Amino acid sequence: MGSKLIALIVIVLGVIAIAQLVRVYELSSKLRNRGEHEVSTGDNNLNAKLMLAFMVFFFGGFIWLMLTYGWSGRGDAASVHGHGLDWLLNVNYVIIIAVFFLTNFLLFFFSWKYVRKAGVKALYFSHDNKLEMIWTVVPACVLAVIIILGLKQWNEATSAAVTDSTRIELFSKQFDWTARYSGLDNKLGKFDYKLTTDNNELALMTSETIDSAIFNMENGVTGIKAIASKLNDKNIMLVPEDREKMVSDLSRKQQLIRLLYQMKARHNKNVDASAWDDIIQKDTLYLCLNKEYEFNFRSKDVIHSAYFPHFRAQMNTVPGLTTRFKFIPDITSVEMRKKMNNEKFNFVLMCNKICGNAHYKMKMIIVVLSPTEFKSWMKTKQKQSFKDIYFAAAAEPVVAGADSLALTAEAVIK
Amino acid sequence: MAAVAHGHHDAHGHDDHGHHEESFVSKYIFSQDHKMIGKQFLMTAVFMGIVAMLLSVLFRIQLAWPGESSDFLSFFLGEKWAPGGVLKEDMYLGLVTIHGTIMVFFLLTGGLSGTFSNILIPLQLGARDMASGFLNMLSYWFFLVSSILMLCSMFVETGPAMAGWTIYPPLSALPQAVSGSGLGTTLWLFSMTIFIAGSLLGSLNYIVTVFNLRTIGMKMTRMPLTIWAFFITAILGVLSFPVLLSACLLLVMDRLAGTSFYLSDIIVGGEMLTNHGGSPILFQHLFWFLGHPEVYIVLLPALGLSSEIISINSRKPIFGYRAMIGSMLAIGFLSFIVWAHHMFITGMNPFLGSVFVFTTLLIAIPSAVKVFNYITTLWKGSIIFTPAMMFAIGLVSTFITGGVTGIILADAALDISIHDTMFVVAHFHVVMGLSAVFGMFAGVYHWFPKMYGKMMNLKLGYVHFWLTIVSGYGVFFPMHFVGLSGAPRRYYDYSVYGEFDTNAFNIIMDLNVIITIFAILGSLAQLVFLFNFFYSIYRGPKAPQNPWKANTLEWTTPVEHIHGNWPGELPTVHRWPYDYSKPGAEEDFISQIVPLAEGEEEH
Repeated sequence: MGSKLIALIVIVLGVIAIAQLVRVYELSSKLRNRGEHEVSTGDNNLNAKLMLAFMVFFFGGFIWLMLTYGWSGRGDAASVHGHGLDWLLNVNYVIIIAVFFLTNFLLFFFSWKYVRKAGVKALYFSHDNKLEMIWTVVPACVLAVIIILGLKQWNEATSAAVTDSTRIELFSKQFDWTARYSGLDNKLGKFDYKLTTDNNELALMTSETIDSAIFNMENGVTGIKAIASKLNDKNIMLVPEDREKMVSDLSRKQQLIRLLYQMKARHNKNVDASAWDDIIQKDTLYLCLNKEYEFNFRSKDVIHSAYFPHFRAQMNTVPGLTTRFKFIPDITSVEMRKKMNNEKFNFVLMCNKICGNAHYKMKMIIVVLSPTEFKSWMKTKQKQSFKDIYFAAAAEPVVAGADSLALTAEAVIK
Repeated sequence: MAAVAHGHHDAHGHDDHGHHEESFVSKYIFSQDHKMIGKQFLMTAVFMGIVAMLLSVLFRIQLAWPGESSDFLSFFLGEKWAPGGVLKEDMYLGLVTIHGTIMVFFLLTGGLSGTFSNILIPLQLGARDMASGFLNMLSYWFFLVSSILMLCSMFVETGPAMAGWTIYPPLSALPQAVSGSGLGTTLWLFSMTIFIAGSLLGSLNYIVTVFNLRTIGMKMTRMPLTIWAFFITAILGVLSFPVLLSACLLLVMDRLAGTSFYLSDIIVGGEMLTNHGGSPILFQHLFWFLGHPEVYIVLLPALGLSSEIISINSRKPIFGYRAMIGSMLAIGFLSFIVWAHHMFITGMNPFLGSVFVFTTLLIAIPSAVKVFNYITTLWKGSIIFTPAMMFAIGLVSTFITGGVTGIILADAALDISIHDTMFVVAHFHVVMGLSAVFGMFAGVYHWFPKMYGKMMNLKLGYVHFWLTIVSGYGVFFPMHFVGLSGAPRRYYDYSVYGEFDTNAFNIIMDLNVIITIFAILGSLAQLVFLFNFFYSIYRGPKAPQNPWKANTLEWTTPVEHIHGNWPGELPTVHRWPYDYSKPGAEEDFISQIVPLAEGEEEH
């Protein structure tokens, strides 16, 4: 009822507004003894003054925003290369803000100053090579500086990680992140998306997981045998669409199973170990202070982007492709909370590439620990390598203790 | 017949042309007259613009007051897409996608370039019509059909395309990933395919007309900057739109024919796909090979229009005519070798990134030249503030403001941490959105007398300008700060920040409310324009032949439109179009058709 009343009022006011506009329109054209193509001196001067007033308001608004919300609401960088990037951002800011003020000032100031005045004729000034040279060369020089400084930082940020940096894989799917630590050998195990099963979400490649994937595809609930027998069962009536779907599902799986058998034939057992010792970690990513990490990014479904706003790092995750980015966290979560003056602050990994309806919920909390804290956290994960989890799940489908894991992790931070 | 340029041929051919009665259908619907086609483009674009603006208000309401029930939302979206007045996540993405698509392609490409190229190219060159009136008509009809298809895509059951206006696969290729990637995206792709066909027909026509149908004396170096801008825009369009078409076709193949151009190793919705070996990054390369020139396809016409308008209303020649042409050519050329600056962090080789940093930042040089030339044109002028002039000045301001933030984004190192944040959204809305829209408004106010033979109301024009620039900056200036707080774009609800960073949460939520209020104000301000526009078409005072005292040829045609533009012979051009306040002349403008006086030097 209330909303309908408001709608009614809005409509009535709208009609009144239009009627008023019509009146203004008609009156203003009648009152003027000149056409709409001739701007009166009064109007012209008023607009000139408004140009200047707008400039003041505009600059004032910018300065107010700057003072209130600052350079960057993200806080100081929390990684080694991030400090360099923040410095570079500041340099660029100073340059562009200077240009912004200067050119906007000239624009609005000239608009005001050179408004038409009786008896003053405009200057016929069509070109001047010297002036044009100046404003070609000066921006070019400034840009050269910007380019050189920028490329230096870019090369540092994207150069290959040092060989002893810690490898972590970040696996993305709609709509969460999973981390995989490379374990004691600091080597991430191989993977292939076709090996994805319920107890091998990251599709790691070992002799056992290959066998299990083959078994699953052939004998699982929606495996090849199940589908084929359903399709051939004369007692089951299928809606044509469902039948079509099952036929295409079957042909897809038959194609995949051939590839799985090829994989099995080519598989080298020696690489199994590098996968078995990997540690899979959900919800929260723990990092060690001052350690270089090389992140390997993977995607299961669509493109996501691993965005670490506080570490000034970002890289897209692309299905079918492994991408990399490295950084060294150089402040712990606890210190950062103090610095941000915010007890509840946490580092975060967000998704920054549109990936579906819950895109905005796709994130992972990151905790940076001091080396000793990190070591003791790692200890709690020792008995939870991929091998432990995989065979435990095979033996007993429900793994207890997911909650207790999170608890120990919390205890470590404190 | 109309294609023959030279005066002595036309004298007899066209007199009888002007008289015979045209039927309603051939005059208003299937018209082959460039002036009518231009107006058709404008009307369609105005309608599309209103739709896209309304969509933006809908999702801005969600961003400012996430999760709160709104009658406005439930009125427009109903129970299906806004149950209880709260926008659905899927539809949020759909609104964002269609808003972007319509604004970029249908308003600022079809609308801006389509309208003004059509109206001004023959008129300012002294031609009877476009080189091919029939192809020109087709280009409009393709545009209209694609517009209708795009609008229809919003009403399908699974919703419109939802992968963002850049429709990156795999998201846009997999209906399992998001509901809009079903029929909605199919319609999007068909609509864009038709749009591109229309755009190509138009662009080829513009290029041929500029090359072949200039009247006697209209050397390339005597063409107004508007024509140069449309000409370069058309070339960019011809070279880049086909690449988007191929990108779209490959996507159609992936979606419908089971190919794997963009798909590899995907499990989606529990379904393991067999596609292997494709690369989603390939799509991005193809898309941005159009996408970046597209920015200048949008911007150059606006810059061309404002060059003309600023010169006329400063009563001064445009400063550095040749430098303006040179910088437009440079911008046009460079726009083809910068596309990968949209892709610094896609996993592309970082060295490749460095090359694109270099080429991208080079564009700042011709852009700076243009800005300084505009400012120098104002210097010591005798400025008349018509609404068109004010919008043109507004354009220069937004071009600067949005341009400088581009320097930050072009710097790959800085792009790492602000890529795909609201900072980017703010940047391109200022430099491309506001600038091009301001250019379009400037053009409409300035050439309205030529299009409709009537004058628009000045006072309402002033009100419209001031409300628009204040709310335009009011929307997009704070948005930079939202981005600098780390806010990613295309988030449905920024209150997720409350879970880990309450400082940023406060900044983002505060600013989002400010932005939305300005967005609503800005939309309401457009009602003033719409009223002024439509009311003036019917009730506006009759326009004089040359209301702004301008030099270019379109103001030598009669106010009443006739087929063939000039009643008698075509005019002959004797000078460049910018002889304003030339010393020694009686008046402060000398039309291009006036021969040089004895002893007078051409600029």
